[in-house]
Amino acid sequence: MNVFNMFQKRSSAPVARERLQILLAHERAARGAPDLLALLREEIIAVVTRHVPVGHENVNVTTHRNGDVSTLEINIDIPNSVKARVIVNA
Amino acid sequence: MATVLVVTSGKGGVGKTTSTASLGAALAQQGQKVAVVDFDVGLRNLDLVLGAERRVVYDLINVVQGDARLSQALIRDKRLDSLFLLPASQTRDKEALTSEGVARVMAELRDMFDWVICDSPAGIEKGATLAMRHADMAVIVTNPEVSSVRDSDRIIGLLDAKTERAERGEPVVKHLLLTRYDAARARRGEMLTTEDVLEILSIPLIGIIPESQEVLRASNLGTPVTLSAPMSAPARAYIDAAHRLRGETLPMTIPTDKRGFFGGIFARRVA
Repeated sequence: MNVFNMFQKRSSAPVARERLQILLAHERAARGAPDLLALLREEIIAVVTRHVPVGHENVNVTTHRNGDVSTLEINIDIPNSVKARVIVNA
Repeated sequence: MATVLVVTSGKGGVGKTTSTASLGAALAQQGQKVAVVDFDVGLRNLDLVLGAERRVVYDLINVVQGDARLSQALIRDKRLDSLFLLPASQTRDKEALTSEGVARVMAELRDMFDWVICDSPAGIEKGATLAMRHADMAVIVTNPEVSSVRDSDRIIGLLDAKTERAERGEPVVKHLLLTRYDAARARRGEMLTTEDVLEILSIPLIGIIPESQEVLRASNLGTPVTLSAPMSAPARAYIDAAHRLRGETLPMTIPTDKRGFFGGIFARRVA
């Protein structure tokens, strides 16, 4: 260990600060996430049912975190019989 | 009508019980009528820190279950006329604490005191959530250290979600109490600074308690530090924090203990 390393070792507080900021940003998002997803799900169902009758069980909203980007995945199952009727009406 | 204050942290060993005793004593020294309530069922220690361990007859659980009246369980401090302790049970487990029972006791305490200070157990389980349940105000005790800051953040989340006030839509008033602070180490970049912790947790600061030998001495003696060494750095910090809790505006300082030249050298060598 040289003299430079000795001084470097001293300043550990900025490392602690940065680690905490990153960690807590994720943990706070995770705490907020269930509510956000529930809200999105309700509003998506409201919009979709204006045109196609779908139940709560047909709508699935999830998020995936990959590195720097989060993806929001929305899956809506529309029964084939219903889809047919919509197309006919249109 | 009392202000109910919860002293909480998530993490254990950061100084909740010491801070409860010191803030309670400081408020009583300022003429306030104060009850300190130990919620750490099974691991009570507030009685010991206050030097009342041999005077416990009835406890919080006896009162919650209706086996004793509140007036029988409250222990008046020998040194401060307006400071009272409601001890926790050492033998029962915390399942004996019912939320209805705690609500009834807290309502009764509110009518009798100016301040009801609830010493929360560590963790985020039933004991901790019951201790914060009825709070108007919270003191979040935090050490300038990563695990303590993380746990404080978690507790702040619970205070915003699981308290009666939060459910009514009026948030609990939150204050940060930074304990075991070493200004010299923070200056050298070896310890998170006050500004770091405040920026990360973003709640207002109520006081900075410097690391001091007087805190251990006070608990050895069973006397709150504001009584055992009222001119010491931690005592002055707690006294200032108590004034701020009462709504007074004081400049924020980190009190220091005067130390002689040789004392300084000696302290450095031991550390």
